[in-house]
Amino acid sequence: MLRYIVRRLAQLVVVLLILSLLLFFWLRLLPGGPDSAICGERCTPEQRTALRSAMGLDQPIWTQYLKYLGRIVQGDFGTSGFVEPGVPALEVFWHRLPATIELTIAALIFALVLAIPLGYFAARRKGSLLDSTGVVVSLLGVAVPVFFLAYLLKFVFAVKLHWLPDSGRQGDINATRVTGFFVLDGLITREWDAAWDALKHLILPAIALGFIPFAVIFRITRGSVIDVQNEDYVRTAESKGLTTSVIRRRHILRNAMLPVVTVTGLQVGALLAGAVLTETVFAYPGLGQATQIAFQNRDYAMLQILVLASAVTYMLVNLVVDLSYALIDPRIRTR
Amino acid sequence: MALLSVQDLSVKFKRRGLAPFDAVDGVSFDVEAGKIVGLVGESGSGKSVTSLAIMRLLPKRGNTIGGVVDFDGTDLLRIPMSQMRDKRGADLAMIFQDPLSSLNPVVPIGLQITEVLKRHRGMRGAAAENEARDLLDQVGIPDPTRRLHEYAHQLSGGMRQRAMIAMALACRPRLLIADEPTTALDVTIQAQILSLLDTLVHEHGTAMIMITHDLGVVAGLCDEVNVMYAGRTVERADRYEIYAHPQHPYTNGLLASIPRLDSPPGERLHPVPGSVSDNIPWASACAFAPRCSNAIGDCRQQSPEFKPAPVGRDHLLRCFNPVEPEAVGAAAVQQMATSPIPPPSNKEQLS
Repeated sequence: MLRYIVRRLAQLVVVLLILSLLLFFWLRLLPGGPDSAICGERCTPEQRTALRSAMGLDQPIWTQYLKYLGRIVQGDFGTSGFVEPGVPALEVFWHRLPATIELTIAALIFALVLAIPLGYFAARRKGSLLDSTGVVVSLLGVAVPVFFLAYLLKFVFAVKLHWLPDSGRQGDINATRVTGFFVLDGLITREWDAAWDALKHLILPAIALGFIPFAVIFRITRGSVIDVQNEDYVRTAESKGLTTSVIRRRHILRNAMLPVVTVTGLQVGALLAGAVLTETVFAYPGLGQATQIAFQNRDYAMLQILVLASAVTYMLVNLVVDLSYALIDPRIRTR
Repeated sequence: MALLSVQDLSVKFKRRGLAPFDAVDGVSFDVEAGKIVGLVGESGSGKSVTSLAIMRLLPKRGNTIGGVVDFDGTDLLRIPMSQMRDKRGADLAMIFQDPLSSLNPVVPIGLQITEVLKRHRGMRGAAAENEARDLLDQVGIPDPTRRLHEYAHQLSGGMRQRAMIAMALACRPRLLIADEPTTALDVTIQAQILSLLDTLVHEHGTAMIMITHDLGVVAGLCDEVNVMYAGRTVERADRYEIYAHPQHPYTNGLLASIPRLDSPPGERLHPVPGSVSDNIPWASACAFAPRCSNAIGDCRQQSPEFKPAPVGRDHLLRCFNPVEPEAVGAAAVQQMATSPIPPPSNKEQLS
């Protein structure tokens, strides 16, 4: 098991190297560049050349890449140009990471807590009102674009009804920072108002971001439970007179969860992309918003660290999914 | 008074746009404590549906069940589901055909046994685990301590079925239903499992319903035999009687289709011609008539009744034109009835 994990982590390093190379060259092939982003249209050619040489952009691209790699190894990812000008990119990254993790977790909780029970009961009462409603809603869920849903939620619940805040992570509250996870911070420091306020800021973005995962996980859970409930071993469990709750938990859900785990893992990857849209709509200061700003303004240093980080996240999530298979399914463990 | 008395049991499956299908149609039989009753027939004869109806394990929707299933004075078909759940696993238990698919692949064997003990005998923790270990030991699984923590895929076919039996017998049920318990196993393991069932049932005085398509199994094990065809019982007698005087052409066909040790080399088998799909409804004919070599005019115009057979005692038959009992030789009867189960032993070689 340990050897397996080590091998997977080694693969991760190789993928990161290749990705950093592709990313580095591809970004520099794009029209425009940090120099034009900084000095705009009004620069004289002399000013521009001076700027380029100051930023090292006049050197051959290979030299630039190798220097970049060398700096990365020392933990220097360059300096952010636009997202938080003048601050080291790595610092901006660490600073914004908790916001995105908090949002992603909230979105996942929203998706899982709704999708698994609903999927289960829809399957058990196949053809019922609950089932058909669930199927239609989940179809809508995958069909409606994230940014549209985000704007819709914001318009209805924040702008019109004023039930929930429309942007940011927290209102004007003098909250103590401990971990960077605002809800958690509020709980740790017993500043209940701060926690509650942060939570209110999370609700709409979490629903917008979690809706596609909800829809996908609901459908997979439903389909999987429909298959599993007709298995012979469920009939055996019935023939033993076990209570419905034991049959549901131990004999149906435990088996039905295998495909759900896979899909949830894949959806975490999709959440990274969704976060860019959601955070932009809700002006939520996380990595997604940083990605959007960095792209618009050619903030190379920020973009590079953000893309590499999402690759790492994606691969780690996949590793966790593969490992959790072994946890749920003994047939994989003994192989 | 019989422990279980099934009276006029019928199961109809609804079909979209068609008349309901009679999977089981007026089946009656009794099972006494300590006795083994066989239900024999080919696929689609209604034998498994009968057993699932007794256990109330048929899907809730899409079927109607009629008749009476009297278990020790209680009609199982009319008690609330919660009471039925209390009886299942405790008073009535079931063993299924394919032990691999019938065991939960992601739950250890031990837990699948202790969950029954917890549910019906209120045992907890170490007590339940010890009892589960004893049960595995009783059904002849070597090294039961280790097996408790293993999963179905780590056991051989024979051991899986032994584990299923341990599970079914965990609460000393008064009635055990075995639905083709040996069909998925190879022949040597079949014999071991049958002798194990025979021993356990007689030790505990358990009543048993044995469902099978294999007349060899019936011959070695069952006290009484019910031959089923297209949802109805077509012949019933005790095992010696039925092998000595098989009178329904279907029973006779089943017996003739079994390969025999004393038949000349190269002799072809005698299958029952046709298939279940040739059946005509019982309502106005004999369902077996299209496949029957003995069919006469009446067979396609009237439905035969289940009544005492012309030859033999306590022998019931549903046929207008029975086969002459001498058609199967006495020697064959002897061979069938005394075959092929080895002396019981719990610790024989496992595959």
